[in-house]
Amino acid sequence: MNNFSYTRAGDVASAVSEIARDNAAKFIAGGTNLIDLMKENVARPSRLIDITRLPLDKIEEAKDGGLRIGALVTNTDVAYDEQIEKRYPLLSRAILAGASPQLRNMATTGGNLLQRTRCYYFYDTATPCNKRDPGTACSAINGFNRIHAILGASEDCIATHPSDMCVALAALEATVRVTGKNGDRAIPFAEFHRLPGDTPQTDTNLQADEIITAVDLPAKGFADNHTYLKVRDRASYAFALVSVAAALEMDGNEIKEARLALGGVAHKPWRDTEAEAMLNGKEAIKENFQKAAEAILRDAKGFGHNDFKIELAKRAVVRALRQASEMGETGKKYGDKLHRTADQPR
Amino acid sequence: MNNKSDSEIAGKVTASGPAKSSITLKVNGAERRMEIAPWTTLLDLLREYLNLTGTKKGCDHGQCGACTVLVDGKRINSCLTLAIMKDGAEVVTIEGLAGRDALHPLQQAFIEHDAFQCGYCTPGQICSAVGLMNEGRAKTADDIRELMSGNICRCGAYPNILAAIQEVTQAGARRTKR
Repeated sequence: MNNFSYTRAGDVASAVSEIARDNAAKFIAGGTNLIDLMKENVARPSRLIDITRLPLDKIEEAKDGGLRIGALVTNTDVAYDEQIEKRYPLLSRAILAGASPQLRNMATTGGNLLQRTRCYYFYDTATPCNKRDPGTACSAINGFNRIHAILGASEDCIATHPSDMCVALAALEATVRVTGKNGDRAIPFAEFHRLPGDTPQTDTNLQADEIITAVDLPAKGFADNHTYLKVRDRASYAFALVSVAAALEMDGNEIKEARLALGGVAHKPWRDTEAEAMLNGKEAIKENFQKAAEAILRDAKGFGHNDFKIELAKRAVVRALRQASEMGETGKKYGDKLHRTADQPR
Repeated sequence: MNNKSDSEIAGKVTASGPAKSSITLKVNGAERRMEIAPWTTLLDLLREYLNLTGTKKGCDHGQCGACTVLVDGKRINSCLTLAIMKDGAEVVTIEGLAGRDALHPLQQAFIEHDAFQCGYCTPGQICSAVGLMNEGRAKTADDIRELMSGNICRCGAYPNILAAIQEVTQAGARRTKR
């Protein structure tokens, strides 16, 4: 690991002024991704600002009937929080589908949003990578790209965002609260992460002097009909090839409102409000699920090794919608096994 | 930092690098005060500064679980933890689990079930299993498999690891019921 200096922030204001002073400084909380990137020589911060002792570690009721999750609440503490389990089980399920218990004990809510792609070329400093070294090249486009994006990619970058939690937060329309030199602002989840375009080095719309303070969940949690379906290379502790967060508001067998977000397919959690709208007011039957799946993947493009993801994603969408719609009586059992994706074979 | 120990690296660079800081940790019940560089991981501190080499460096990237220890009662990957950030914390490693006269029940169960072959992942497996039991969420064999997925065993001793953990969790459940 390269040398760096270390400081511990005592309050949010001093954390912001510390980060604004040095553009090679970084915040550190759980460190599960950043320390790894530093060991790989991908991240080379001059200074680490330890924010773990800031008072951002609570889950609180919000005035609008939702919940506010402090940026430093660990993934474990969010996933097993009584209110989250009851009102936002989709979020619990998504978090528990990711990483390992050890990592979830360390990783924080804010850090999960800011984790970087696991593209192997991004990690390998011997290869060109536009995300790591802008203006070099994308090694993945003509390289091994089995895990890469099929939606929203650019000629400069086909990396995916690795988070499971963020896929659920996208479906739930969370809001990211941040503080910077110019004060506080709230960023709708869909606008937090970016597509790569010709600046893939920038993952999010967070400004350099800003810190995430909380993630707000709106009142509507889709607790009755939801699923997080994750398809991966092994049964546990692997990143998604494709994942689907499906949340439905049902009236009998009619879908009143549908939310769909996909993971493992793009540079950000992929939401398609047009495809969602196609489901609203429709019967929860396979034909309608298939139409929505076709719509979401209409512009999908494979790069060779990842071509399989297009069909896989379509089928995952259909299966997730079926699971979510059938939850009701029989599906309640899924809720009791929060640490497992409902679909996992035994 | 794969091949060199952190203390070797630290020894070469501290002259030009930032000053070392003093931290205090309670390790296996004993208070330990040390001067460390900010980039010293908890894993390197345990192994190189305190000679607690039971905790293993496997992948050093948080993928294998061999470095699992308990910090303030929770299992974490010590390879991805900067020691300086844990100033004041309580750390328990594999060396701190046994009682004066008897092994920890999980250590005993691992022996009885032959839950290892080469043994390299074992300290991490056992510390992780202690964490699992503290959490109290594993009710079934499937739960244990899922919640132990952060610990990889290249020898493939999983069936026996599962049996060992199951025996101890079930014994714990029986005791609670009584």
